[in-house]
Amino acid sequence: MLKYSKETLKRFSEPKFAGEMKNPDSVGEEGNMKCGDVMRIYIKVKDDIITDIKFLTYGCVAAIASTDALCETVKGKTLDEAEKLTWKDVVEGLGEVPSIKVHCSVMGIDALKDAIKKYREGIKPVINDEEECCEEMKNIGKIDQ
Amino acid sequence: MRFKLIYMDNGATTKIDENVLKSMMPYFTEKYANPSSSHSFGQDAKDAVDKARGRIAKAIGADEHEIFFTSGGTESNNWALKGLAFAAMNAGKIDASGKKIKSGEHKNHIITTKIEHKSILNVCEWLKENAGFETTYLDVDKDGFVNPEDIKKAITKKTLLVSIIHGNNEVGTIQDIETIGNICKNAGVLFHTDVCQSFTKTLVDVQKQNIDLLTLNAHKVHGPKGIGALFIRKGVEVMDWQQGGNHEKGMRSGTENVHGIVGFGEAVKIAMKDVNKNVKHMILLRDKLIKVIMDNVENVKLNGYYKEGNSDKRLCNNVNFSFLAIEGESLGGYLDQKFVCSSTGSACNARNLEPSYVLKAMELTDEEANGSLRLTLSKFNTEEEIDYVAKTIPKIVEKLRHISPIGKVVNYFKKK
Ligand SMILES: Cc1ncc(COP(=O)(O)O)c(C=O)c1O
Ligand SMILES: [Zn+2]
Repeated sequence: MLKYSKETLKRFSEPKFAGEMKNPDSVGEEGNMKCGDVMRIYIKVKDDIITDIKFLTYGCVAAIASTDALCETVKGKTLDEAEKLTWKDVVEGLGEVPSIKVHCSVMGIDALKDAIKKYREGIKPVINDEEECCEEMKNIGKIDQ
Repeated sequence: MRFKLIYMDNGATTKIDENVLKSMMPYFTEKYANPSSSHSFGQDAKDAVDKARGRIAKAIGADEHEIFFTSGGTESNNWALKGLAFAAMNAGKIDASGKKIKSGEHKNHIITTKIEHKSILNVCEWLKENAGFETTYLDVDKDGFVNPEDIKKAITKKTLLVSIIHGNNEVGTIQDIETIGNICKNAGVLFHTDVCQSFTKTLVDVQKQNIDLLTLNAHKVHGPKGIGALFIRKGVEVMDWQQGGNHEKGMRSGTENVHGIVGFGEAVKIAMKDVNKNVKHMILLRDKLIKVIMDNVENVKLNGYYKEGNSDKRLCNNVNFSFLAIEGESLGGYLDQKFVCSSTGSACNARNLEPSYVLKAMELTDEEANGSLRLTLSKFNTEEEIDYVAKTIPKIVEKLRHISPIGKVVNYFKKK
């Protein structure tokens, strides 16, 4: 395993925001199975403020730790503020992130931006509805194979 | 029971045996002479080097004059391939009567597999770029076996060498090198094999298996790092590797790594003495780990050939699983926090962000390759450690699947 900072490993071992969310207002996704990371972010929004956030990941140590840090930063922020977040803001509290892991640690931001975009466009998610699932979503993670 | 460290990454390297270390110490402190020195102090060091050479030769059925010490497996592989290539190129420059003949007429074709160690694959690439050699990379089947018939078919008039790994470092598949050696012998082609992983774990015999060149190192067999050997069959033309003070019969100059060589020899002696006991022990642990995980985890696949009790088609110390819907580095990361050392073929763990080429050659999907976990055992592992790891892995897998989006479907639709 790569050399990760103490802060990264702490986040990784006890992520506070990992897990599924019931009835989110929006869901965003990023990544594919080939590079080894798939990220999904759920948000609840009230009066343009992100009141709750959770994530699911098929991803590595860096993906889990950085997305958990992102969630903590984002919670309570307005959509506009959240959209402006950069990779630097997110990994600030994580100590050093190995350079080959930058790719894994930006995925949370991209998934969040996707969720915000879908929210603004009024695209609503339905979770765990296998029957109505469209083909595209069945293939999550199989892109690029 | 609490463990300080459970080391299950013996495919990467092994712990040095205490007795190996003990055998080396005098060569740092008391017997530090140069084996080339003519005084008796120097001759003691030379005797120690020769004794180690003899032990290593005996372990593979070779003559001691056919063993050349190197800095390890990587160097031995480099020397074997480049040494043969350059010898062939030089032989091609002058014909038997001393006349110059056209360049490019020498044999310039190598046959190998897609699952070799990088120190073979990258040397083949180097020989292509720098010396015009062509390489055929043979496919393997789903278990990781190369078909000896494919080797037969790939041999042409231009083929100089067939180089096939014996025990694979990732999935433990052991190739049938006896059959391959025979094919090469009958076709008049040289045969090299890398036995770094299989040595002291299954039969290696350069006579029975018709091996012309063979790569060994010490640090996979509880010896020190930075020391290895190349077996070169008597009569096989190989270019001298390092020029200088004519050490190693003029083939590889440089003052001998005496303490390393002594440790290598001692490691081989110890390993050969207890080979049956150790292999039996590792088979027992390997089979138990495989059984408990396969029985207790859903959606898991064992990679590589496997039959309970077998150690001549799969290394006795290799376990390689693919857990679906989770990524291998995070699985290894949680194991690390439980003080268990493992490794993975996940893309996320690789510098090039590509899943393991060995697993891909075996036609694993990206998901299977990224979810792979390798646990490689040694004689030092215990049944208690196996029980602990077999109990811990299912818990981590469950935790990671709980937070994985794979299999949890979202359906989007437009509001309007
Ligand atoms: C099959 C194989 N060949 C070669 C090597 C390289 O050996 P070394 O680390 O001694 O250079 C290794 C180990 O890394 C290996 O597993
Ligand atoms: Zn990653």
